[in-house]
Amino acid sequence: MGYLGGFLVTIRQHGKRNRVTTEYSGGRVFKRGKGDKKDQKIEKPERLHGRHVLNRYEDGMEKCIGCELCAGVCPAKCIYVRGADNDPENPTSPGERYGFVYEINYLRCIHCDLCVEACPTEAITETKLFEFSFTNRRDAIYTKSELLVDSSGKPQQLPWEDWREGEDLHTSGWMRATAPSGDADFEGVAGWSGELGHGVRAPEPGQDIRDAEGN
Amino acid sequence: MIISLDPLLTEDFTATVIAIVLLKVLVIFVVGLVATMLMVWFERKTIAGMQNRVGPNKAGPFGLLQTLADGIKLFFKEDLLPVKADKFVFRFAPYLSFVPAFLAFAVIPVGGDFRGDTGGIVTWFGHATRVQLADPPVGFLFALAISSIAVYGIMLAGWSSGSKYPLLGSVRASAQMISYEAALALSFGAVVLVAGTMSTSGIVNVQETLGDWHVVATGFVPFVIFLMAATAELNRPPFDLVEAEQELVGGFNTEYSSIRFALFFLAEFMNTITMSAVIVTLFFGGPQPIRIGDTALDIPLIPNDLEGTVWLLGKVLVFLYVYVWLRGTLPRLRYDQLMNLGWKLLIPTSLGWFMLLAAQNVGQDRGWNTGVVTAVSIAVILICVMIVQAALKVSAANREREGSVF
Repeated sequence: MGYLGGFLVTIRQHGKRNRVTTEYSGGRVFKRGKGDKKDQKIEKPERLHGRHVLNRYEDGMEKCIGCELCAGVCPAKCIYVRGADNDPENPTSPGERYGFVYEINYLRCIHCDLCVEACPTEAITETKLFEFSFTNRRDAIYTKSELLVDSSGKPQQLPWEDWREGEDLHTSGWMRATAPSGDADFEGVAGWSGELGHGVRAPEPGQDIRDAEGN
Repeated sequence: MIISLDPLLTEDFTATVIAIVLLKVLVIFVVGLVATMLMVWFERKTIAGMQNRVGPNKAGPFGLLQTLADGIKLFFKEDLLPVKADKFVFRFAPYLSFVPAFLAFAVIPVGGDFRGDTGGIVTWFGHATRVQLADPPVGFLFALAISSIAVYGIMLAGWSSGSKYPLLGSVRASAQMISYEAALALSFGAVVLVAGTMSTSGIVNVQETLGDWHVVATGFVPFVIFLMAATAELNRPPFDLVEAEQELVGGFNTEYSSIRFALFFLAEFMNTITMSAVIVTLFFGGPQPIRIGDTALDIPLIPNDLEGTVWLLGKVLVFLYVYVWLRGTLPRLRYDQLMNLGWKLLIPTSLGWFMLLAAQNVGQDRGWNTGVVTAVSIAVILICVMIVQAALKVSAANREREGSVF
């Protein structure tokens, strides 16, 4: 009965409630009245690539130095950067130059994260937010004022974005911990600059430790 | 075969007669559309259950209005016309696919009380009539012809798109239809042989008791073949090579958008309902109740005139579920597997079974010994199977020697 066994498998699923999908309709309330319930979202993977942020140092200085490496590496050509010299009296970023114009066109962005890898100062990183359904081109092109984190180091929550708890966590340049530049001993050491907001995240444990923990 | 003609149309054509016919047309069209809408919902919901998903549940209660929402959305979408398309045929093809889906329903008896001597004839507004739009003496030939016209819609849609993948899809469609139409018609022939009539109401009329149902009377095999061939004819999984997304983008309807796409979609689901009704009428007694011997099952609280419709509805629902079940369970066949199944298994088997039934019938007419007839038939079938096997082996060996052409 090997051929017909499959039919039993499918028909047996009817009574079961082990749903792998969740109630989801883009942030709206899906049950009114007694159980006023918002959409469930499944937990996002640790390395999900979402909308970008431009980070600040712990003292509030911008990290971006306007080097345009992100724009150069972008395969979709969606990033536009222009740098300018810092005002010595009132610098925007530590060092000589800062990002004067910074735009990302989300109609083009493929969320490959190459810009994050290219950035020498961990200025640009990605959050876990992927639900930002803009309705016009103006909203789709994020400018520096929208990308930059606010004075407390949290990403700005724009009206058309659906932010939930924890989606701005772990946005820092964590991948440096797993990219030890060829030095095996570097593994497990946080090698990135300090950050305003959630601070620097602890590096991922090495492969052998994770295997030992059974993850 | 004058008996099977609709008594309504043998009278004078008065205004009432025309009104009744128009009413039937209207009811079939409206019920067909609503049923299609519900079928799409039913399929999505059932298959979601089989795949541990939730399925549509936002639009209306239990997501019932999801199809309506989709339809409205499609209606207001931009209608694209490819530059390379043959414009007239491109616009015409959806209708060629949509209209036959409804036409075939015209000959299906959708109700009436077949238990007494009336033979399913009811009286509406003082006119005796059948609960079906038309009852030509060649009823099922008509249904068969209409179901093969539907392939023109798919073929022309793919061809007129002026694009590679739709063309491949439509070429597949035509080849598949030709291959499976033969098996379909041969297993249908077995039913005609037993029933002795081609009229749909006649076929329903002879299936009085459970033993007379053609699924039993023709010996089950024609039913199985008909079910498989009908699935292939409908381009439903596991035979949906025509719109194999992984290979052909979207198949024949890749270039279609907006309401024209909706028409193809609608036609596909309407065809499923029609084909289920055809199977029920051919093999499961249509509006006949379940009857063993002289005791017929009677549904309480429902007047006898409506009971036939309820029975038909219930039986059709079972087959609609079976189609969804097939889709939820079986992976798509490879193209050569599809052709092998059609030509090497279904057609010879249905032809052999048809011959067997014919021999039995002739034997009964001439008063030959049934046992001898059966023994000779089985011997002949065995010889035929061996010859076919030998032929397959020889051709396989030849292919081996010549080497693969691909």
